[in-house]
Amino acid sequence: MSSPTPLLQLHDLGLLLGGQRILSHISLDVFAGEIITVIGPNGAGKSSLLKIMLGTLKPTQGHLHQIANLSIGYLPQNFYLEPTLPISVVRFLRLTEKRFSHDDARRVLNEVGADGLADKAMQSLSGGELQRVLLARTLLINPQLLILDEPMQGVDVRGQAELYQLLAQIKQQRGCAIVLVSHDLHLVMAATDRVICLNQHICCQGSPHSVQQDPHYQALFAPDTLNQLAIYSHHHDHVHHLDGHVDDHIDCAGKD
Amino acid sequence: MFALLQFLWPTLIAGLCLALICGPLGTFVVWRRMAYLGDALAHAAFLGVALGIALQMSLPIPIIALCLLVALALVALEQISEFAQDTLLGILAHTALSIGLMIASQFSGRGLNMNALLFGDILAVSPQDALWMAIGSVVVLVILYKLWYRLLKITISEDIAAAEGMKVIPIKLALTGLIALVIAIAMKVVGVLLITSMMIIPAAAAQPFSRSPEHMVRLSILISLFAVTAGLLLSLQFNFPTGPSIVACAGLSFFVILLVKVGMSRWR
Repeated sequence: MSSPTPLLQLHDLGLLLGGQRILSHISLDVFAGEIITVIGPNGAGKSSLLKIMLGTLKPTQGHLHQIANLSIGYLPQNFYLEPTLPISVVRFLRLTEKRFSHDDARRVLNEVGADGLADKAMQSLSGGELQRVLLARTLLINPQLLILDEPMQGVDVRGQAELYQLLAQIKQQRGCAIVLVSHDLHLVMAATDRVICLNQHICCQGSPHSVQQDPHYQALFAPDTLNQLAIYSHHHDHVHHLDGHVDDHIDCAGKD
Repeated sequence: MFALLQFLWPTLIAGLCLALICGPLGTFVVWRRMAYLGDALAHAAFLGVALGIALQMSLPIPIIALCLLVALALVALEQISEFAQDTLLGILAHTALSIGLMIASQFSGRGLNMNALLFGDILAVSPQDALWMAIGSVVVLVILYKLWYRLLKITISEDIAAAEGMKVIPIKLALTGLIALVIAIAMKVVGVLLITSMMIIPAAAAQPFSRSPEHMVRLSILISLFAVTAGLLLSLQFNFPTGPSIVACAGLSFFVILLVKVGMSRWR
């Protein structure tokens, strides 16, 4: 799956904000067709790292290289929509730099299993629905790289399992790279190709299983949370919709 | 009737301008929770008025300059200090207001009508005033039209807008500048104390029945037009001060619409 040249290269990045060290010595290559999950405690610099990848935050050290015309879809942390702003889901999706048609908007909603939501008001969505709509918006520009800052925010455990599965599906169908942040260790998905354990610097990285065994990782997260860590394994043998129902079993969040 | 119109046309133009610019700008003031900013800018504008009188300049220029200066000072102070925006705004605005009052005290009786400044006097709008209000309003509306999508996008999510490559800070400054312009334009009609209310009340009244951002703008213009017309008639009929009459009518429509909305959702 992975192409020889990385979409995005970070080389020895460092970030100081207001005299405080946020990130140091971050080197990372992001290849097409892989899912990278960044985990780490609060204040580890996860969101800052994503913003550097996005280009909205300039690193104070090191450099960043990306392939020409890299298109990036971004799902922000703490998305909050003012309740007095009347806007429908379709309209929200179409408010991007480039103009997209109604059909484009419905196509991406379909892709995330949220086709029933098109005409709903943004404020009426549940946590899980909102995250799907935000995800749909990132797909609209046909991205090569998806940067998702805590996409599981406000989503219950069952919904998280479905969302993880959806991400794996999107990666498979579109062949794009996905970098996502999570501070929730209870559900790290098996579909993640690489887990990066961040605490200002990269403590350790590798497959979810190898990271779990790493002493750095175990030192960073208290032993009691380790017991609760669940690896989510998934199958692709059914379809799921938001408005409808999931008719067959979802193999979710089993402890192993 | 014709004679009355001949006498009243500057007033009618001023009222129309007020409704046309306060409606659209007010929606952003409501969505972005900028009511306090509007109030503070209006208070700071008082220093502009006082300076204008002291320097014998025509009013709008020092008012706009003062509002823009306060907005820029606010951005700068936010960068170098830890205080919350409302604290800084309060300091800036009230300092400006106080200096304005100090200067004004030296000129009382000489071209300074305090009552008209605080509460406005739409009936005293001269043909010249009406002309520059019309020009100012067209400028505001053209800029707003050009920036509409960008303003809407930063209102929905500054993070997403920045990620899509938009320069967020200039757009926010432009919005503050537009509000400053509206204050300068509306000053004559509703006065320093009531300007913010003409931005937030019609927009808030429009909200319950709005289906889209643009729909809310159209409704709030309609409500402003109603408030200006009804307030003007009330004031002519009963000799009430016009600024307060207009604002009272806007406030009344807000409560009526809100009650109708609540009633409708209960009945279902």
